[in-house]
Amino acid sequence: MAKVIGGVFTSHVPAIGGAIHRGAQNEPYWKPFFDAWPPVREWLGEQVPDVVIMFYNDHGLNFFLDKMPTFAIGAAAQYRNEDEGWGLPPFPVPPGHPELSWAIIEKLVAEEFDITTCQDMLVDHAASIPLALAWPDREAPVKIVPIAINTVQHPLPSAKRCLALGRAVGKALAEWQGDETIMVMGTGGLSHQLDGERAGFMNPEYDLFCMDNLSADPDALTRHSVHEIVELSGTQGVEILNWIAARGALGDKVHEVSRSYHIPISNTAAAVMVLETEAARAAGNAGAEKTAELA
Amino acid sequence: MASTAIPGTHIFDGAAARKGYALNAMCFSFNEAANRDAFLRDEDAYCARFGLTAEQRDAVAKRNVLAMMAAGGNIYYLAKLAGIFGLNVQDVGAQQTGMTVDAFKQMLLDNAAAIPTKEMAHG
Ligand SMILES: [Fe+2]
Repeated sequence: MAKVIGGVFTSHVPAIGGAIHRGAQNEPYWKPFFDAWPPVREWLGEQVPDVVIMFYNDHGLNFFLDKMPTFAIGAAAQYRNEDEGWGLPPFPVPPGHPELSWAIIEKLVAEEFDITTCQDMLVDHAASIPLALAWPDREAPVKIVPIAINTVQHPLPSAKRCLALGRAVGKALAEWQGDETIMVMGTGGLSHQLDGERAGFMNPEYDLFCMDNLSADPDALTRHSVHEIVELSGTQGVEILNWIAARGALGDKVHEVSRSYHIPISNTAAAVMVLETEAARAAGNAGAEKTAELA
Repeated sequence: MASTAIPGTHIFDGAAARKGYALNAMCFSFNEAANRDAFLRDEDAYCARFGLTAEQRDAVAKRNVLAMMAAGGNIYYLAKLAGIFGLNVQDVGAQQTGMTVDAFKQMLLDNAAAIPTKEMAHG
């Protein structure tokens, strides 16, 4: 049976991609953000996931306003990252897992989510940068199932609905008969606002509220309406919806493994967190005991 | 908008999406380098091809981001247009807030002062 180990939650600011391409990870401006990643990679090294369920939002690479799905599930064998308008070299994108995609699609529709399915799908920086951070300098050694949430054109789905979507994905993963080790990623945020006279707005207090509650009480994040989240977190801070959905897929009980919060990266309050499930914790402890025995 | 307005904040809703369609469609086309080149070669012709409204055309001509938003532009698509002019999100933020780019960047840095001290323990 498949094992769900937990999730990596991270900001996905395009400038991070630029910093990676320039090799700027150790510059004073960037170091505090990139320093969040060695503990994440250590955890990935222990847990060795082979599937990533990627909760993210598209920023105008795959989806335009002609057709804007609220929830879109990738069901392709291959995905691509392409030029998003700034001429940056695309990041490698690992292959898809169509069988698992369709199992998730079946479950979501059975659970009465009216989703869009995509057999041909570009994935933008919101998916490619988190993978490049987790597995630098190579194509991530995983298969992916991208789940795109509309955070661009209002009305957006509520936080409550996103959490429920994630929980339904979690049910699909629990029923999946494969033997994969599965993790989720939730990308975007935290507080930031690119547009309007309030551009540059951040809200550490709200971000801390989100990070503090994400593991033990994610429902706390659903008490705000989308409008209230915009007010608290900024017009693009609503990307927290991706985190909320990803968290939903992990079940009731998770443990916080690592956390980093740094202001600013570009116009954004940047955060990186790892949450692990009970199953992963048990495996990690077993691994640690084995190491201790050997020592 | 049903809810109370948030100062300095424009919700990109159905009304904006309808109003801004042509402008956003043009910006979406800039994912392709050939289209960015075509815009730079003949801006008027390129804008005409997408049927920009007079308000949108004027906002683009003036490189005025707030005016583009008032004309229905969405920042995710506008960011692709800004990129053509070599402007990043700090430049765009400075323009919208009426600050110098340096002052805007300083404001971003100053947000760190609001991080509750409890958080520092997490490192
Ligand atoms: Fe984003």
